[in-house]
Amino acid sequence: MTNVLLERLRQGNRTSRFPRKAPDFPPSYRGRPLLFPSRCTSGCRGCEEVCPTRAVHAEPLRLDLGACLFCGRCEEACPAEAIVFSPDHRLSVSKREDLMLSAEKEFSLAGALDAKMKSLLGRSLKLRQVSAGGCNACEVEVAVLGIVVYDLGRFGIQYVASPRHADGILITGPVTKNMVHALRETYAAVPPPKLVIAVGACALSGGLFANTGETLAGVPDDIRVDLFIPGCPPHPFTLLDGYLRLLGKIDQKMDKRFRDAVSSSPASR
Amino acid sequence: MAILSTPSTGIVNAFRMDNCVAVPMADIPLCHEDDFRRCVMQCHEDGARLVALFMPEPSELMAVLSADESGELAVVRAKIGNSFSSLTAELPSAQAFEREIQEAHGVRPEGHPWPKPLRRHADLEEPASPESAHSFFAVQGSGIHEVAVGPVHAGVIEPGHFRFQCAGETVLHLEIQLGYQHRGVEAALRNAAPGSRISVAESIAGDTSIGHGLAHTGAMEALAGVEPPLRAQALIGIALELERLSNHVGDLGALCNDVAFLPGAAWLGRIRGDFLNSLLDLSGNRLGRGFLCPGGIRFDPDDTCRKSILKKLNAADKDLQHVLDVVFRAPTVVSRFEQTGKLSRALADTLGLVGPAARACGCDRDVRRDHPSGIFRFAQIPVTVNDAGDVMARAFTRAVETRRSMRFLREQLELLPPGPIAVTMPALLPDHFVVSLTEGWRGEIVHMAMTDSRGALVFYKVVDPSFHNWLGLAMAMRGQLISDFPLCNKSFNLSYAGHDL
Repeated sequence: MTNVLLERLRQGNRTSRFPRKAPDFPPSYRGRPLLFPSRCTSGCRGCEEVCPTRAVHAEPLRLDLGACLFCGRCEEACPAEAIVFSPDHRLSVSKREDLMLSAEKEFSLAGALDAKMKSLLGRSLKLRQVSAGGCNACEVEVAVLGIVVYDLGRFGIQYVASPRHADGILITGPVTKNMVHALRETYAAVPPPKLVIAVGACALSGGLFANTGETLAGVPDDIRVDLFIPGCPPHPFTLLDGYLRLLGKIDQKMDKRFRDAVSSSPASR
Repeated sequence: MAILSTPSTGIVNAFRMDNCVAVPMADIPLCHEDDFRRCVMQCHEDGARLVALFMPEPSELMAVLSADESGELAVVRAKIGNSFSSLTAELPSAQAFEREIQEAHGVRPEGHPWPKPLRRHADLEEPASPESAHSFFAVQGSGIHEVAVGPVHAGVIEPGHFRFQCAGETVLHLEIQLGYQHRGVEAALRNAAPGSRISVAESIAGDTSIGHGLAHTGAMEALAGVEPPLRAQALIGIALELERLSNHVGDLGALCNDVAFLPGAAWLGRIRGDFLNSLLDLSGNRLGRGFLCPGGIRFDPDDTCRKSILKKLNAADKDLQHVLDVVFRAPTVVSRFEQTGKLSRALADTLGLVGPAARACGCDRDVRRDHPSGIFRFAQIPVTVNDAGDVMARAFTRAVETRRSMRFLREQLELLPPGPIAVTMPALLPDHFVVSLTEGWRGEIVHMAMTDSRGALVFYKVVDPSFHNWLGLAMAMRGQLISDFPLCNKSFNLSYAGHDL
């Protein structure tokens, strides 16, 4: 018993100060890609050809963040730096079309729930996770938010064991034909009003498995999604940022701090 | 290479090949179905274990076996018709492979004792429930009851269906029905552009992105007749061991959680992040996605990055030693781990278990030593073997493996060889076949590929270690209390997606 307490003292407090403090990322980190079509003069279409999920369209330059694996191959292929991955971890949106990046359009981050839903769920959000063909990458990053560093519980958010106890479901995976029935049953078992959060390239677009004939290429239309979180898998801070935006817990001051951190980050290139 | 007859190694009349060395298809002799059976059983009796059984093309059956002691692979190949005589009764490790063949090709394994579908292909119009799709083995008798769990589980984990036959609290039999995660991985690998295949391989099992990625690049490099430069080999080894550490440490934490030793769960869950963040430093992704490419790696860490990883590892190592010391001395942990979910060495061999689950039963096998490729030809990691076969042995095997991987990481990071990080990939050799093995953190990962006369990939087969080990979990549950299932399950922590493909 004493050794447990001593070890507890030695380990100290490890909880991050997010969202009051911006997260630190190493230079290698690839967050939201930025598009600079004016730099593209050769028209080589290299970015389009190397994309494993056809998320990039060269002319005019578009990038579907919902299909993006953040592998950085397009950035690598481009001789003119027309696509650059920034260290911005904020990726969540409220509408699928907001994930279609172009230079003309400002990236529109997810907004908060309406006043009624916020009063219902703002201080206590229970989620049931359903993996529908997910490879266990999104799943482990969704689950990791429970550890002391992210400490999901301090925001009143919890993953629960039954859809009956949940305010919404969080879906990962391209939705395999073999799981669609169980997914729909789970969704139906959540008492209304209910939320749906879709996580990862597979759930958003089918990702690498959109055309194998074994999946529905992402969450089907009859399940209305309230929050889209792209990534393969998303970084835990990207996930947390998304959940907190939905609950209206990221204020303007925090957002400014995140923006400042991005511009001064060693990962800005 | 030729057909060798050297009874001393036990491989008689089987074609011998090495890990990650491509051979012309024409060199692998085609035999009669009866000889196929005799040859496979002979190899097995001489100590080789079944690595894979599959159909590389219609009407052709192929078996790959591993003679771990001599470090050789044996390949047996035969022409077959619409059915073949099942090996399962004599060679139980063939059971899932034969069910897979029946499901994918409609070729019947005659005499298979339980030939039910392996990955259920539900019709979208008629969503099938597990009940309607399959029959389950049922125990009869008074007081016997059945517990059905899944596909959606209580935790944040992948889906699968578990059917327990119980007498009171005691589990008499567990049957595991998977397939819910079937995404068409092998077809996606075959059809993807050559440069994109690695992304699919990295998504076979998300927690094994480096392991499966490496098995894939190993196969492609062998088919192209190249190998990555030394610096890349060292960095690939580093990434593979970081992946092993993150999963071992995370699972040790989850095991603490399952026996309600929450301090251990909290500390180990946090320490796991140091290894994932080291992979992030290397590759830009916490699971190491995007790091590997056929021919080498994509990112070259500078000295700042190398030092930052070393610093992280040294701190994590210190924390980990303190925590493991507390965990393995806690009576509440030890008393729950010991004698729970016990498997015998004989059963582990019969089922063909791999990885730490097999090593915890006394099976001395590890691809890094038995079939070394890349950096493991020059830097060996001692193999960790325990023989108790229970949850404690599985946990302790993994705890010891963390120490040994940590030492390897320090050595490699301190003396990282200079030089280029990738070679250009030439076209693949036509009409060649390759077997690529990697010791992932769960065990032996197998990728097999074949090219046609134009050098295009015509066949690709993946075997995740979970494919062998799921039946090990089912057998470990026999005679256990059903409330020990989460603990037993976590001590194996198998992949659903890797099994279902």
